[in-house]
Amino acid sequence: MSRLHSIWQQGIKNGMIGGVVAVLLCLVGMVQSFAPRDIVNHVIHMGHTLLLLVAVFMAYMAAKKTDPPLTSQALLNSVLSGAIVGVFLILFVAAGRSVNLRMVLVNASPMLYNTITFGRETAPGAILVIMAGALTGLFAGLLFLLPQSMRRIVIIPLSSIIVAGVLQDLIRPTLAAWGPLSFISDWLFTSNGLTVHGSLVLGVFIAAGLAFWSLKGEIVRESYRSLPEKGRKSLRLSGYFGLVVFLLILPQILGLFLSEVLTIVGLYVLLGLGLNIVIGYAGLLDLGYVAFFAIGSYVTAILTSPELGFFSFSFWGALPFVIVMGVMSGVLLGTPVLKMRGDYLAIATLGFGEIIRILVLSDWLRPWLGGAQGIGRIPKASLVGYEFAGPQEIYYLILAGCLLVIFISTRLRDSRIGRAWMAVREDEDVAQAMGINLVGAKLLAFATGAGFSALSGAIFATKLSSVYPHSFNVMISINIVCLIIVGGMGSIPGVIVGAAALVGLPELLREFAEYRLLVYGAALVVVMLVRPEGLWPEAVRRRELHEDDFENGEAMPPEPSKPG
Amino acid sequence: MRLAWKEWRERITATDILMWVIGGALVIMIIMGSTATLAAGRYSGRHWFDFLIFGLAQGSIYALIAMGYTLVYGVLRMINFAHGEVFMSGPYTAYFVAAAFYRSGFLDSHPIISLLMVFIIAMATSSGIAFLLERIAYRPLRNAPRLIPLITAIGASFFLQYVFRGLYGSGFQAYPTVRMLEGFWMIGGLRILKFQVVVIVAAALLLAGLYSFIQATRVGKAIRAVSEDKEAASLMGIDVDRMISTTFLIGGLSAGAAGVLYALMFKQVHFFMGFIPGLKAFTAAVLGGIGNIPGAMMGGLFLGLIESIGPSLFLDGLGIVAPYQLKDAIAFTMLVLVLIFRPTGILGERLAVKKA
Repeated sequence: MSRLHSIWQQGIKNGMIGGVVAVLLCLVGMVQSFAPRDIVNHVIHMGHTLLLLVAVFMAYMAAKKTDPPLTSQALLNSVLSGAIVGVFLILFVAAGRSVNLRMVLVNASPMLYNTITFGRETAPGAILVIMAGALTGLFAGLLFLLPQSMRRIVIIPLSSIIVAGVLQDLIRPTLAAWGPLSFISDWLFTSNGLTVHGSLVLGVFIAAGLAFWSLKGEIVRESYRSLPEKGRKSLRLSGYFGLVVFLLILPQILGLFLSEVLTIVGLYVLLGLGLNIVIGYAGLLDLGYVAFFAIGSYVTAILTSPELGFFSFSFWGALPFVIVMGVMSGVLLGTPVLKMRGDYLAIATLGFGEIIRILVLSDWLRPWLGGAQGIGRIPKASLVGYEFAGPQEIYYLILAGCLLVIFISTRLRDSRIGRAWMAVREDEDVAQAMGINLVGAKLLAFATGAGFSALSGAIFATKLSSVYPHSFNVMISINIVCLIIVGGMGSIPGVIVGAAALVGLPELLREFAEYRLLVYGAALVVVMLVRPEGLWPEAVRRRELHEDDFENGEAMPPEPSKPG
Repeated sequence: MRLAWKEWRERITATDILMWVIGGALVIMIIMGSTATLAAGRYSGRHWFDFLIFGLAQGSIYALIAMGYTLVYGVLRMINFAHGEVFMSGPYTAYFVAAAFYRSGFLDSHPIISLLMVFIIAMATSSGIAFLLERIAYRPLRNAPRLIPLITAIGASFFLQYVFRGLYGSGFQAYPTVRMLEGFWMIGGLRILKFQVVVIVAAALLLAGLYSFIQATRVGKAIRAVSEDKEAASLMGIDVDRMISTTFLIGGLSAGAAGVLYALMFKQVHFFMGFIPGLKAFTAAVLGGIGNIPGAMMGGLFLGLIESIGPSLFLDGLGIVAPYQLKDAIAFTMLVLVLIFRPTGILGERLAVKKA
């Protein structure tokens, strides 16, 4: 292969990948449906931002992978890559304008072509789009050439402007609810997107903060480290105290809608913490975890709902039975699969989950479980006159549950049984040879996980006041498995981060719900390819997955980037 | 005699007893249900024959999909969770060709040629998707811990579903009916729907072709060598990466063909259509013993038959209302029973308890 070819290779390759991705994004409809939403009012909208991000990323990677690493060549490669993305888009537009693609591809509309070409005809549009691509590439190339600290000062403010623009519908009402602060939201935002001056000030403000931290941050950290042990401890304690206070007043700050999102995230955190014991600690891949959630919900409904009229316990009266039932079903469903490993375990538990759902849905059990209509009129929980009715109140119930479960799982993890679980996870045969009772350890993991799941099922039932079989499909199990893995297997903060990222973010971006699972799936693949240990991994696991780095004499693992 | 009793007492644990009790209860339930149903005589011989043919048709489609799972499991030791989407992509893409043929009248004037075209396009699309999937998502994870490829596959499954939803729209598309396949044939006083026969025959031909390809050709032999032992295979001069790609291509081909048969049988396509058949086919692969090619075929047929005959045979007699709703529960219960009493699947080696 000639020399000429190989130095341009990276630019051409990345440009082509970026072009295909950009055209695909147009075709699945993301670009056009994001177009009405401005990031900065009358300057740039989300559709263009999406395409720009693709071009920037691919051009940046082209510059990074250029071989040999010459400055000029890197820059040229990134410009080339950006321009090729533009060429792909314009070829797509030209094809679409001459042949009617809409028969097959529903999103290939004339509006989409206008969005891509900035409303121009194909020929002048082509010049514009390719220019824009090349400029984007140039920007990415320059970004690559900046030193690391400077790069952060450019990237973080820009991405926070984008985030502020994307989340405008949440930030605006939240700020507006704060009386005196509402002028900030008026000044920053228009009815569609940030104002130009607002976005400039926001960017400069964040950049200045970052610059300050990069200059003075070391001094702050140093002074923390030089504090005496006692001082550090009290500082940490006050930090925890502040966190608790913050968590307690959170629903009041956030308002109704965001509190609702919080409660959903909280429920998934509860579920995730339970499954974390089964998957993260004991290494048993359980894909039927939703079964215990359903059992918890249904037992609560049967015990409390007047609709069926079997029992009429209060929520608190039912809770012990719910948890006992959860634990028992954990043992019952865990027993048959004790001897299975890996994929067989996964499919058998998946089967259990489906069996439970189908039974609940069937007409056969309808007199007892309500069939497809479910069970309604589940009473709200109340404690000394305080009723957990709306999301802002349920939040406290969930928070209490989470704190309890976090406490129990940390204690279990550090106990003898926790170490036994981890030994089973690493190698069953060796664990057994070391005298660990495999049956006991596995059943205890299933039972504990199931108990936590039943608890969250109970809260879920009183939150909705009703239970339906459709709430308990296999997607829930898979969601929970994914949030554990994305957060970091076996790590408790990881579960919280995973739930926030995989459940919270899509809830916040409800209006783009159509693309929720698309992005979600892509994110899972990317996380697994790029950061298999998860966003906030457990220290041991991170070391396992990056053994090579340690063998090469690196003393400390690289600092995990802040999740968020 | 007493010694044997003591030995037996020591070997049996409480969990074994619980498992036998669960299994025994289910078996007794099945026997009771079947005898009650047969005694009641609510279904005539013709009903059972219809169930049988439907089950065979459904089962042969499962068997074709299950081939993809089992082949991939053989070479990579991973569940390709996105295989259901590979299955969906083919007939969904070919739908547009079929619809165009239908509108122009070509489908009715040249049904064989147009069906052939539809098959070719579906199979090409499915195998292309499977190939890209392996290339982009799975290849970088070749040596990752086991859970990671599985999660990637789950992510890829959602991604593909919603890409196709975005590309082709979210509604159900009615597959055009082929007039040649409508109606029925009478064989010895029994009525058989034509398309069911076509589905069974086509699937049987494809399965036979696949099996002989894997057993008799050089490439097939190489694939079997890779699934036996990757390292040894590469020492013997087999290009392991290429064989893995080929495996995905073959799995995609059979999934695409199965997809068209499925679309012909149920007459509609949808972006979510791959999920449940994918799960079922995976169950079938496990039933037969995953990694085992004849096992996957048998597992598929078995599952299809159980699903179509089971609800009426086992449950009707027990006085259960609307037993057909429980057909999936029966399929999964079978799976759990097989895993309890024969964890290796019907034809499999002992993989479930061996560290794979």
